Amino acid sequence: MIYYDKVTKIYPDKSVGLDGVSFGVEPKEFVTIVGHSGAGKTTLMKMLIAEDWPTEGAVYLESTNIHKLNKRQMSKVRRRIGTVFQDYRLLQNKTVYENIAFAMEATGRTDSEIAADVPHVLELVNLGHKIWNFPKELSGGERQRVAIARAIVTQPDIVIADEPTGNLDPTNTYEIIRILQKINELGATVLLTTHNKGVVDTIGGRVITMEKGKVVRDDKAGKYIL
Amino acid sequence: MIFTNFRRITRTGFVNFWRNGFLSFAAIVVLTLSLLALGSIIFAGAFGKALISDVKDKVDINVYFALTAPESDILSVQRDLNRLPEVASTTYLSREQVLNNFKLKWQDNTLIMQGLEEIGNNPFPATINVKAKDPGQYGSIAEYLQDKNPGMSDGTPIIEKVNYEQNKLVIDRLSKIIPAIESAGMIIAIIMIIVAMIVVFNTIRLIVYTSKDEISVMKLVGASNIYVRGPLIVSGVMYGIVSGAVTLVIMAAFSYWSDAVILRFAGISVAADFELVVNVLSKYFMQNFGQIFIIIMGTGIVLGGISSYIAARRYLRV
Repeated sequence: MIYYDKVTKIYPDKSVGLDGVSFGVEPKEFVTIVGHSGAGKTTLMKMLIAEDWPTEGAVYLESTNIHKLNKRQMSKVRRRIGTVFQDYRLLQNKTVYENIAFAMEATGRTDSEIAADVPHVLELVNLGHKIWNFPKELSGGERQRVAIARAIVTQPDIVIADEPTGNLDPTNTYEIIRILQKINELGATVLLTTHNKGVVDTIGGRVITMEKGKVVRDDKAGKYIL
Repeated sequence: MIFTNFRRITRTGFVNFWRNGFLSFAAIVVLTLSLLALGSIIFAGAFGKALISDVKDKVDINVYFALTAPESDILSVQRDLNRLPEVASTTYLSREQVLNNFKLKWQDNTLIMQGLEEIGNNPFPATINVKAKDPGQYGSIAEYLQDKNPGMSDGTPIIEKVNYEQNKLVIDRLSKIIPAIESAGMIIAIIMIIVAMIVVFNTIRLIVYTSKDEISVMKLVGASNIYVRGPLIVSGVMYGIVSGAVTLVIMAAFSYWSDAVILRFAGISVAADFELVVNVLSKYFMQNFGQIFIIIMGTGIVLGGISSYIAARRYLRV
């Protein structure tokens, strides 16, 4: 379903972000990507939603080259992908409810669907009591949970989560992982990046290890080995 | 679905307008000042026109006829004058009418009335008052009268005096000044409006710039351009509407206030003389309210909306 084909990213100052990365992800797979800071995990995620583009190589989604799409087609692709950004990227001028509703509005859901799903997903991430707060009134962990809720509310085909548990306490961390696993069971393909050993070991699925822009390990039933 | 989208976009634009608080206020202030500039140009134009037409009215030629000139000859001169293309109107006052007018004007002044009685007979000549279509044309009318001064039966010319020369200075100056003022006014107006538009555009661009990150997030989450641009344009239009309303209120207040100021400044007698000028702004405002409303509101909405649209385009390139 997703295929990275010798993807390389070299920045203007000649530093290397990605170096000939190639791997494929099957539908309904749960892939964890680990690596030190700067290994290229986030860059990899950015490629998939065309926030960044490769210097060489290509990224394919169901045999379509992502970076050859025009803006309108790319918008449509992005609606199929739920993204949890490492820096949350919530809309500051909107309440928690509106942030999540926005993701649904962007995918064309009706008002009744929104009214039903948004409170439900907020309960899932334990934020039912903060529905009408603005992001600046939330803690880091709460903002992270809003970002996660926004990514999953539209029940997308693909979920990419960039360090989704970085700011969460252990209880919340495992709850989020459980949610992601549940979504995966329901049919979504999940790509997760983390450098939390416990998370990796809990999930126990496929683990891709990255270092300095290269894929150094790709284990079907991987453990956290860095 | 289109209707739902439209509703969502409008609601978001409306909500953003309020939540942006101070930024919205700044945009409205700037837009209002620009519209006030436009409004003052409209008022200046109306005032200027009234002033000029009033003064033109005051400027005229009086033709004084010999005391023994027969009326039929005088009327024939009037007919000839009326045929001239430069002449707007002529008014004939017979000797009796001039005397009566004089008596009416000065009836309270015993000294003058006594003097009149002492003279005995009517000292006043018949008069034709000539108004031209343009102050610059008095010269040619005066020349015509000079050339075509018909003789009476005893050979003396029928026209005793044309008092054009005394007014000539005023008329000459006016003919030069008025067109110059009009062109200068136009140029200043155009420059002001261009400057105003640039300021409005940059203010709104700043507002959109502060939303740059939010715009990119919206795009990364998959929102289409309409969803991102729409609310910004709605907010822009709202700035235009609010600014337009404020401007119209200020213009209305000013037009009524200006009446009182002009009256006090010019004094009652001058005001009565220059009757056109005193109420001009409030009358003009009321009579042309529909047009003024459309111009001010329309400009506000277009400026606000288009500035938002152009500014949003710059930051939509995610």
